[in-house]
Amino acid sequence: MSRSLRAGTRIRNSRMSLGMKQAELARSCGISASYLNLIEHNRRRIGGSLLLRIAEALGADPSALGEGAESALLGSLDSAADKHNEVAVERDGADELASRFPGWARLIRAQFRENARLEQVVERLDDRLTHDPFLSASMHNVLTSVTAIRSASGILAGGDPVEPEWQRRFARNIHEDSQRLADATESLVGYLEAEADDRGTGSLPQDEVEQWLITRGWTIDELERDAAAPLAAIMDGADGIRTLAARELAHGYLEQYAADAAAIPKPSLENALGSTEEPLALADMLGAPLPALFRRLATLGSDALPVHGSFGLVGCDASGTLTFRKPLPDFDLPRYGGACPLWPLFRAGQQPMVPVRETLAMRGRDDHLFDVHAVAEITHPSGFAGPAVTMSWMLIRPWPRGREANRVLRAGTTCRVCAETACPARREPSVFSTLSDERL
Amino acid sequence: MKETRVLLIEDEPNIIEAIRFILSREGWRVDTSSDGGNALEAVRNRNPDLVILDVMLPNRTGYDILSDMRADAATRDIPVMMLTARGQKKDKELAERLGVNKFMTKPFSNAEMLASVRELVR
Repeated sequence: MSRSLRAGTRIRNSRMSLGMKQAELARSCGISASYLNLIEHNRRRIGGSLLLRIAEALGADPSALGEGAESALLGSLDSAADKHNEVAVERDGADELASRFPGWARLIRAQFRENARLEQVVERLDDRLTHDPFLSASMHNVLTSVTAIRSASGILAGGDPVEPEWQRRFARNIHEDSQRLADATESLVGYLEAEADDRGTGSLPQDEVEQWLITRGWTIDELERDAAAPLAAIMDGADGIRTLAARELAHGYLEQYAADAAAIPKPSLENALGSTEEPLALADMLGAPLPALFRRLATLGSDALPVHGSFGLVGCDASGTLTFRKPLPDFDLPRYGGACPLWPLFRAGQQPMVPVRETLAMRGRDDHLFDVHAVAEITHPSGFAGPAVTMSWMLIRPWPRGREANRVLRAGTTCRVCAETACPARREPSVFSTLSDERL
Repeated sequence: MKETRVLLIEDEPNIIEAIRFILSREGWRVDTSSDGGNALEAVRNRNPDLVILDVMLPNRTGYDILSDMRADAATRDIPVMMLTARGQKKDKELAERLGVNKFMTKPFSNAEMLASVRELVR
């Protein structure tokens, strides 16, 4: 059975032909010489960013060094084995399995991936109450009313004597709360019905694209490896994207992704992240425009951002319509309708190219603090004759726990589920305010 | 015998009224505070035997209040029972990490509430 030359051997050959010392190459890639030695003797698997760094140091094409499809397959087998520690897998036999029974190996990978995807779906459904602000606010209303009714009726029905004055009082409270419960359930039913209708006609194209990006972890590996990779091939693999409108959106997204990845390649970004995770400082170091940098940062997982964790990102056009949504835990993004007009995202749109930074307190269940950066870019795709196109971007990360915030901007998700009655920018009443008026 | 004092920090008037009634009937004194912003001050001033703390309050969350209580020597040892309408594992874990004594999910029954209070102020 013939086997292709392995990655380690190719790295070794390439390094020796350049007359480079092992220690020298190791240093420029930020690893120890002994580790490089293991790699070169094929005793350690190599892939991802390290392979890119080594390829860069050797002035070689990463795909020429790596083992391509085979190494990716071995990586998946490794991950599958990691996931199922309880099964005593013959780790050393992975190579042999992949080369002798490539079909079976691919089947293991396919099942492993399908498992991961299903796990994500389950998690998403599980998190539904957390991430759907309207649903979560309505449920809160229902549970609060039920608690009050249960408690008051328990007092009246408990068997212990209750004075007439208290009897009347609790009867009135129960009446009030049952009215509130009726309102809350009515609006909940209306919401769920509207949603069921949406599903009947297929979900929004944006939702399809968002779902697809979630399954890909917000990263397009193909474009990270090669920013000029053909987009059609990536689109072919996107099973979740069914409608024509969603395909068009996804294609536009990939075009932008490719341009951003070409302007800010992952190795340089990771390298700069070694010194700072501050967006403005990074843009300076990389000589990159802020909007592109924001979008690049949002593709990174938390392993690449050890200090602050991964970023959420929202984008909107000049009308304020959200065109891109990568949510962050506890920062709810509205599913339907407009967002909170106080978001710095919209202020950035009023002064394109001027970056805005705020400490944002999101009103809601818990007032979580966020560190947000926003900036708007303006382009003239049709020249002077055509309209200028403004796009605003807001990069979001949790405010570090324990750090003092000097000035805090209080904002919400969307008016409908915001309890801030005194907000001067409110555009429609919230589900809370009608209830509290009734209670007065 | 010393009177047992409970501080109830909750912003739903009808829930306040019911809990206050149930606990008062047991002979406990119930003070209330409805605003997250000055809840901590209320705890310090009243120094109660037990704090019943709602999670979702105006201005400040129950988690922040609990966290501050546990950081202050004057309030560190006061038992805290938390009430929440979201019984998610994540929320419970956060409350436990911050040092809650009892975590109750709405809707609870009066009997559950009484049993838990008795257990905490014993």
